[in-house]
Formats: sequence, structure tokens, C-alpha cells
Amino acid sequence: MHPAPRALRRAVAAASIALLATAVGCAPQPEDDASAKASAPTGNACAKGKLATKTSGKLTVATDEPAYEPWFKDDKPANGKGFESAVAYAVAKQLGYDKSAVVWQSVPFNKAFAPGEKTFDFDINQVSISAERKKAVDFSSGYYDVRQAVIALKGTKAAKAKSIADLKGLKLGAQVGTTSLNYIQDVVKPTQEAAAYAKNDQAKSALENKQVDAIVVDLPTAFYITAAEVTDGTIVGQFENQGGTPEQFGLVLDKGSALTSCVTEAVDALRKDGTLAKLEQQWLSDAVDAPVLK
Amino acid sequence: MTLTKDEAGQEGAGDSYTPSQRRIEREALKRARSRRATAIAAVSTLLTAVVLYLVVVNAPGWPRTKETFFNGQYAREAFPKVLEGLWLNVRLLFVCGAAVLVLGMLIAIARTLRGPVFFPLRVLAAAYTDFFRGLPLIINLMIVVLGVPALRLQGVTVDPVWLGGTALTLTYSAYVAEVFRAGIESVHPSQRAAARSLGLSNRQALRYVVLPQAVRRQVPPLLNDLVSLQKDTGLVSIGGAIDAVRAADIIVGRSLNYTPYIVAGLVFVALTIPMTRLTDWVTARMDRRRAQGGVA
Repeated sequence: MHPAPRALRRAVAAASIALLATAVGCAPQPEDDASAKASAPTGNACAKGKLATKTSGKLTVATDEPAYEPWFKDDKPANGKGFESAVAYAVAKQLGYDKSAVVWQSVPFNKAFAPGEKTFDFDINQVSISAERKKAVDFSSGYYDVRQAVIALKGTKAAKAKSIADLKGLKLGAQVGTTSLNYIQDVVKPTQEAAAYAKNDQAKSALENKQVDAIVVDLPTAFYITAAEVTDGTIVGQFENQGGTPEQFGLVLDKGSALTSCVTEAVDALRKDGTLAKLEQQWLSDAVDAPVLK
Repeated sequence: MTLTKDEAGQEGAGDSYTPSQRRIEREALKRARSRRATAIAAVSTLLTAVVLYLVVVNAPGWPRTKETFFNGQYAREAFPKVLEGLWLNVRLLFVCGAAVLVLGMLIAIARTLRGPVFFPLRVLAAAYTDFFRGLPLIINLMIVVLGVPALRLQGVTVDPVWLGGTALTLTYSAYVAEVFRAGIESVHPSQRAAARSLGLSNRQALRYVVLPQAVRRQVPPLLNDLVSLQKDTGLVSIGGAIDAVRAADIIVGRSLNYTPYIVAGLVFVALTIPMTRLTDWVTARMDRRRAQGGVA
């Protein structure tokens, strides 16, 4: 061992001090950031078209790409077609932003509700509200009561399942990070480990290729998949809600966002005046005829 | 060493050796100095640790970081599930590792065969290594794991783990083939010439003279590729199989807390460290042998 030359030692010491200094300098923004933004609009915090949005005068709405039917049509969120696209524009209108003031942004499902600074005002992407997730992001009130459903290929053993017990011995799959996967793990508790896919598309192709016996998705998606995409697929049934409370999709906002209360107000108003129900009728199939698995 | 009177081999004194006063002093001084060095190092380490701890804990945003990345409750929940998933990674590593070594060696030999008759074989082997070294592993996995089952081939498995293992083997055997080839070509031509002059056939020369030297020389880069393969086994989760990373993913997706990722990452690191130490030890041992001019 030769001791390092003096100059080198000094350099190392200086570098460590510099590193410590940067570590302190790299601190995140203070927590009260959101409240500072919130106080920007004077008077009524939810003044029509004057909210403290990312880009002033515009409402930035995010969703995943590809945007799936029946929530969106033709993978174009901005066309106002499909349930979630229609809801987004209805909420925007309620907040005082007309169609031209809405800017769409593509954000992957998992990234949309990851904690941290958001690039959008709200995200609409079939995200289920849960107490656990509320620790990381803000949700508006629910805009859709969702049920989870099981799809299998016609004529298979899985397609004949009448109860949750009939599903236990099967290989089931769902998208990772979804409540669909939670239903498999917490409600069905299958004997074979569930398959978890990064995207619903992969779950669908796994079902077609017989890599899994059945997949779990939300009911409207299930109707669409069996009607248009996996035509030899059939809806085996739907699950009852866990714990008796209906599972709801909510709009995702940044934790502590100044807009949360305004967006929630808008969603509540749309529910009250029947707009949400009307849009459901218009875009989503009637979900009554799927048998409930107990 | 200065010679002292004691060492001047007096008769009858037998070989009772008593160290001189000067030597005792010298050794005492050495001991004292090493004690002092150890003490200084310990104090310096302690001070650094304290400063780092204070800087981290008092940094603004630390509570949030701690809550998001180092949450004990989620760590406890994730650890058993990550370990369960890790078993898949370990099995894949062993099976694919063995397959990669065999396939890589065959391709390397195919590339280094001599004689015009083997020309197409050489070209094929070269094309294989070029293609699979250049092809991003993720694309390879997607095509094999998600695409192949769609072909509905008779008798071909649709199990994502087998398919994923196949894709990993394809890519990594190309890497390993190149490592072996470099090893084979680094053996001095005189070795082969000497073997041939002793009457060994081409095949025997390769088998008994060239390959043993080539493989031994290539152990460190081979282990490197093995460590890399171990981490890439996680990518088979594309096909829905639940490995350590995907197990963490599931909990993160539900809770939006990132502790499970940290747990999975640390588990992988813990798995890699012994491999790295083994690599270092093997390399050091080989260097020592070579330095002694022992039998290479």
C-alpha cells in the first residue's frame, strides 16, 4: 500500500464535501407547494375556466396508450367517443373548459397514479379508488361503479364454471396493478399461481393461446373483448363487490392538488343531473346479464 | 536484518534464539503504529457514518422518502412473496446457464473450425452470433414468449417460463460463444502446432490442448455474463410468469408504495455479491498461478 499523494487526498476530501452539499441541495420541494398553487385564483376557487391548471386556460387530461374500447373509440381520446372520453369532456365542461381547451396526454397506466409530480391536471384510465392508493394520489369522487368479470374460451372447462369454487383449480390471468388481479388473489385464491401481465392485450393473447384458462377484467371491457376481439370467448360471470362497498373508478389527481375539490364537485354534479347515467347507457353495454359468481 | 551477537551460532547454546533488544523495540513500535492507524480509521469511519446519517435524516423530504421506499410494513409483506418469485429466477439461472454454456461452446467451435468444407457452418455460426448479440433481449423475449404461442405449433409448449428461458438462452449463448471464441483464438498458434507435431489429430489438439487453456482464460468474462443472465431472468415475467420483480410489481400496483421494489432489488444484489466474490477469487487464484510460472 502506498499512501495516496497529498493532492489526491485533498481532492477526495473536497469531492466528499461537494457530494454532501449536492445531497442537501437536491432536496424535494416542500410539502406546502400545493396550497401555494391553490391560493392563486382569488375568490371562488372553482371559478369557471380559471382553475390553477398546468397550462393556464387549458385542461390537461391524461390516459394510457393504446386507449381501449369501450372507454375510448379508435384509440383517439380527443374524439369525445367512448365512455371515458365523454366523461372527461363532460367534467371539463362542468369546470368551464370547452372542447378546444382540453389537451390530451398519453401516460401509461402504472405511471399515471405513481406518486410524484404530475404532468397532467387529471387522469382518466379506469383507475379504481382505494384507501391504500389515496395515500399516494388524490381521487375525485367515483364516476363509474365497476364490477370485475371472468372471460374464458367457449367450450372449455373454465367456461362452464358456476361459482368461485369452480375457478379455484384453473390458471387465471390479469393485468398487473389492477384490482382484477386482486380479485384473483384475494377472492378466488386459485391453487395455481395467477399470471400477471403488463398490459390487458397480453392477457388477451395468453387466453387465445391457451396459456391461461381464464382472465379477469372489468365488466365493460369483458363485454367488448368477447364481442369484438376474442370472439370465441365468453363471459363466465361477474364477481360480487369485495366487502360490500361498490368498487368505483375515479379521476386521478396529484396528491394535494388544488383541483381535487373542484373536479369532485363537477363529477358529483354530473351524477346528480343524470349525465353519467346517460353516458353509461350510450357507451357501455348493459351489464345485467352476466351471472354473479358466488 | 542486522546480525547480533546472539545469532553468531555459539556452541552449546543449541538453537535457543532470543531476539535482540533492538528487534523487540522495533516490533513494539510497529505494533503501536498499526494500533494507531486502526484507531484513526475507526474514528474516521464513525464520523463519516454519523455525518451521512444526519445529512440523510435531516434532509427535507426524508419522511416522505422513508414512507415511500423504506416502509417496514410493506417490506414485511413483500419479502416472502419476492423470495417465492426468486425461486423462479434461480431455477431459470441454473437451467439457462447450463444450456448457454453448452450451446455457446458449440457455436464457438463451429466458428473456429478450419477447412473449406466447414465454410457454411462458420458463416451460420457468425450470422447467429451477430444477429442475437445485436437483437435487443426484450424484443427477442416478446417474439418468443408472446408471438410463438400464437403460431399454434403442434407439440411446442406455451408455458411462458420455458419460452422465456429459450429466448434468454438464444441471446446469451451468442454472448458466451463470442467469449469462448476469443479464448480459443487467444491460445498461441504454437500450442496447436506443437500438439499436431506430437501426432494429435485436429480434434484431439482442440480437445486436449486448446480448449482447456481457452476456457480457463475466459472464466472471469464468463462469470460476468452469468451475473448478467441472473438479473435478466426477471424479464420472463413478460409472459405473465411471476418472478421476484413481478411479485414486487403486484404489491406496488395495489399500494403505490415502492418498498417492494427496493426489497426485490436488495435480494438480487445479495444474490450477485457471492457471484462477484467468486469471480474475484477465481481471477486472483489464476493470476497467482500464472505468476508462479506453474502449469497453466
